[in-house]
Amino acid sequence: MIEVRNLYKKFGEKQVLKDFSFTFEQGKPNLIIGESGTGKSVLLKCMVGLIELDSGEVKYSGTDFLRMNFKEKKLIRREIGMLFQGGALFDSMTVEENIVFPISLFTDASEEEKRERANSCLKRVNLENVNHLFPSELSGGMKKRVAIARAISMEPKYLFCDEPNSGLDPKTSILIDQLINDLTYELNITTVVITHDMNSVLEIGDHIAFLYRGEKCWEGNKQEILHTDNKQLNDFVYATKFLKNFKDKLI
Amino acid sequence: MKIFFNIGRYFILLNKVFSKPEKGVIYRNRFFQEVYSLGIGSLGIVAIISVFIGAVITIQAAFGFSSPWIPLYAVGLATRDSIVLEFSPAIVSLILAGKVGSNIAGEIGTMRVTEQIDAMEIMGVNSAAYLILPKILGFMFILPFLIVISMFLGMLGGLVFGVLTNAVTAHQYMVGIQYDFRPYNVVYALVKVVVFAFLITSISAYHGYYTKGGALEVGRSSTKAVVYASVTLLFFDLLLTQLLLA
Repeated sequence: MIEVRNLYKKFGEKQVLKDFSFTFEQGKPNLIIGESGTGKSVLLKCMVGLIELDSGEVKYSGTDFLRMNFKEKKLIRREIGMLFQGGALFDSMTVEENIVFPISLFTDASEEEKRERANSCLKRVNLENVNHLFPSELSGGMKKRVAIARAISMEPKYLFCDEPNSGLDPKTSILIDQLINDLTYELNITTVVITHDMNSVLEIGDHIAFLYRGEKCWEGNKQEILHTDNKQLNDFVYATKFLKNFKDKLI
Repeated sequence: MKIFFNIGRYFILLNKVFSKPEKGVIYRNRFFQEVYSLGIGSLGIVAIISVFIGAVITIQAAFGFSSPWIPLYAVGLATRDSIVLEFSPAIVSLILAGKVGSNIAGEIGTMRVTEQIDAMEIMGVNSAAYLILPKILGFMFILPFLIVISMFLGMLGGLVFGVLTNAVTAHQYMVGIQYDFRPYNVVYALVKVVVFAFLITSISAYHGYYTKGGALEVGRSSTKAVVYASVTLLFFDLLLTQLLLA
């Protein structure tokens, strides 16, 4: 479980996060949704320490990340897997080398054990026989799946996904969402997904926070989101005329 | 004030770079990779430049020493001292600051803007040490060898083209090359080279590591890396010459 309390972050004069509090529950996908530029990715990067917060608390299983020293932060980061928006695969390494990279650095696993681990992670994300390919030889969906395989290679307790299906077609997006969902329940990990894709929300949104101009203005699940009275959230969910008409007819 | 900010941040980065590596064997492998890519990969350009500049120095020296009072072996002497004292250590390093510096800043800058460095940090890897330390140590190790090769090829180029253009005879040139040879000059050159290798790699890596934005900024970082590394190299060339030769 990850608890964040009263997070504040300012860039120059712009207040990006304002008193954001939320509990990310273990064993289910927790979604942060909101319009572009509303502070979702900043929130995620603050939670993992890539951006320094102005104030607030980020507690991983009860321990405040911001009060940890450099060594403790390094240790907790080994329990974190992260899927970046563009995949962030290492260009100079093959798929297999990407996946075993953290294993090589932090364990004494033999070459055989590393290869087995890479194969099992790739199999888990439904990819096979791509071990010796370079990231530039993969499609967008394959890159995302390799990035997920790398993120789970160290058996993380926390999985962070920044726009996991950006740039993907709807069918591949759903596959990626289902994969994240299945892994979350299977490994009983705390998953945080940043998205503005409503398909993802309706597919895996068991616990959702809606971020509006840096503030959390709604919390609920995928059933509740369709019947909310919150104006900003309604404008976000029913953004197209088609969906607005659909909602009016439904009411 | 920005210069003080950059100098401070450069030393903070160096502190991160020289912290304890996660796993020695991985860093050792990366060290040899960098020795190959930065050093062996530069051998071609170093060889070509050295041969031609050696030839030009010889021809120019022969042209300048037209007085009958100056013995012709002075051509070889002038070529040797020019190459050993300044051309090979400073000018070749300056050329490599362009090649290696832009390569390092471009590579690390691209990794920064495509979030590959963030991915390393999230895994708990000291990205600065992992990416920069093998480059610094690898180039500091290989550059002295490159410069010794450059010295040899420069003098060889001078001999071949000096003889072919009838600027000097092979015998006179060889006498000049050996006349009043001071081994300390080579030591001085190699000390300079080790310092230059450190400056080129660390300054370029600094500019790459703190790149913000996209492809345009990666290009700017590469340009800045080459400019700052070159200017700093020239400043240290002067400083070390004063310290070691004066």
